[in-house]
Amino acid sequence: MSDPSVTQDLIHGGEGPAASVVSSSNRPRSLWQDTWDILRHRKIFWISFIMLILFLLMAAFPSLFTHKNPDYATLAKSMDPPSGEAWFGYDLQGRDVFARTIYGARTSIIVGVLATLVTVILGGVAGVLAAYYARWVDSILSRIGEIFLGVPYVLGAIIILGTVAPAQSSPDRVTIMAVVIIVLAVLGWPILMRIARSSVIQAKHQDYVQAARALGAGPFRIIFKHLLPNSLAPILVYSTITIGSYIGAEATLSLLGIGLREPVISWGIAIADHTSYIRTGAHAMLFPAAFLSLCVLTFVMLGEAVRDALDPKLR
Amino acid sequence: MVEVLSGPTGRGSYSGALLEVENLHVEFHTRQGVAKAVNGVTYSVNPGETLAVLGESGSGKSVTAQTIMGILDMPPGKVTGGEIRFRGVDILKLPEEQRRRIRGEGISMVFQDALSALNPVFPVGWQIAEMFRIHRGSSRSDAKKKAVELMDRVRIPGARDRVNDFPHQFSGGMRQRIMIAMAIALDPEILIADEPTTALDVTVQAQIMGLLADLQRDSNMGLILITHDLGVVADVADKIAVMYGGRIVETAPVHDLYRTPAHPYTKGLLESIPRVDLKGQELYAIKGMPPNLLEMPSGCAFHPRCPYRREDCATAVPPLYPISGTRGSACHYWREVVDGSR
Repeated sequence: MSDPSVTQDLIHGGEGPAASVVSSSNRPRSLWQDTWDILRHRKIFWISFIMLILFLLMAAFPSLFTHKNPDYATLAKSMDPPSGEAWFGYDLQGRDVFARTIYGARTSIIVGVLATLVTVILGGVAGVLAAYYARWVDSILSRIGEIFLGVPYVLGAIIILGTVAPAQSSPDRVTIMAVVIIVLAVLGWPILMRIARSSVIQAKHQDYVQAARALGAGPFRIIFKHLLPNSLAPILVYSTITIGSYIGAEATLSLLGIGLREPVISWGIAIADHTSYIRTGAHAMLFPAAFLSLCVLTFVMLGEAVRDALDPKLR
Repeated sequence: MVEVLSGPTGRGSYSGALLEVENLHVEFHTRQGVAKAVNGVTYSVNPGETLAVLGESGSGKSVTAQTIMGILDMPPGKVTGGEIRFRGVDILKLPEEQRRRIRGEGISMVFQDALSALNPVFPVGWQIAEMFRIHRGSSRSDAKKKAVELMDRVRIPGARDRVNDFPHQFSGGMRQRIMIAMAIALDPEILIADEPTTALDVTVQAQIMGLLADLQRDSNMGLILITHDLGVVADVADKIAVMYGGRIVETAPVHDLYRTPAHPYTKGLLESIPRVDLKGQELYAIKGMPPNLLEMPSGCAFHPRCPYRREDCATAVPPLYPISGTRGSACHYWREVVDGSR
């Protein structure tokens, strides 16, 4: 923001397609409004945004997309290929793959979003505290973070999940989802802590934080009004991308048989159940896998679009 | 003690100077060693009075101000001695909560670069209104009304329309006015302006100095003006303290200092100002480099660069010799300097 040419760009909208929009309005412009103006002229943003809406609709109202019961099994139809009656065919248990894929979105998105939320809260609080109080608070939190970061992701998940919910156990839906969410967040928070910590440290040394102190602001106000709003951008970008990678991670754990499991419907479980049948009935695995990839792609693209719009150097 | 500090009843109940800095010592502990940034600074400010603290980078003028405000980063900074008395109370000994209440209400500060001193993500009006909401608990709409009044008072044209604008939409001079508006929002008794015009161009500098002087006259604030620019202070200051190497080397009423500087450093500074009547001549420059705070020269810190230097300058630290009234010079040979400049 201190670069005068960037400031100029903010005021005049630069030479980008945003110029006409910006110059036509005299409203005060914040960083977020500028970001929105850049975003809404980006194709990649709209593509990922529309896909996101579709996936969210699927998660919230699966019955809009299919009227079939995803748990209704007709063993006679086991592994039947796609047809007019069942667009994606039937799975091993003779259940409709299309219905199960649609219903699977809910689980995957809930796990991805909630795990990210827990990660942001854990990592964000730790990062802000480490950066603001520095010294021994920073040392302790950073070392704890490094310990967690030192544990290989899959190995850590296998150990924790294998202990809390062994493969032969059959916990109910809510329990297993909560366990998977917590495992993902516990292994993932140090990265977010580092991002939050570094951006808060950067903001902390800005003159406006000094000025706020000089004018009598307390620690609470400095953290919430000055440090957080000014270090939100990298946290936001990383979280969006993290939702995608957590959805992928959830599928990985399900594939290994230690993550989500029946009776939960999820893409990961569908893939796991049908890997051995890939040569005889690829449809039962490929369709959920395709939805999984698209969903991960959606969040990653959205994150990238937001990052590009927020980063003044790329404008 | 609390009564003295809180509430308007405390105002004026103390008979000494409003703000007194006495024998202040501040050190920075770095990897390379201990940097003595402030070595026994003493000055005082009264209501309605303007003290200009003059000195080059690293002379300790800003560190002194930050110590008064209590915004010095500790560590690496450390106050190793001295007192800062505000209305007679040593604020260095107060708990953080009470010091925080003094900031903004009792003593306030304007920073050098107003763009970086304003939070980029909030509208300026919001930031000014924040002052009332933190300290006075005003309602949103009330605080905003006061913010517009303040923006008017610091002469921002069209204040009502610009209250929702963001800092980057203002010019340098306008931003500094907003910074000043925030600093004077709660009617502080002391305003510290740390190089308030350094980031601005010359015509705007004059406007800002004029504004500060007017505001001071209206509210009878004590003003501490920190600067390295002799030209800026001549019109507005009542007295000047010249700092070098963390010490005050000369203190004088403004006109005496300009007419007859009593310290070789002050004299050198005055002679380095370009003058219209000396056009074509080579400009005087003080030879050598500012002192390294990690390895302060022995004796008088200025002696390696001083044209008046004698042998004992390298061994004996000169005290601030009283000259007359409020004048003082930390030079063993101040008489020669005064005589030489007549």
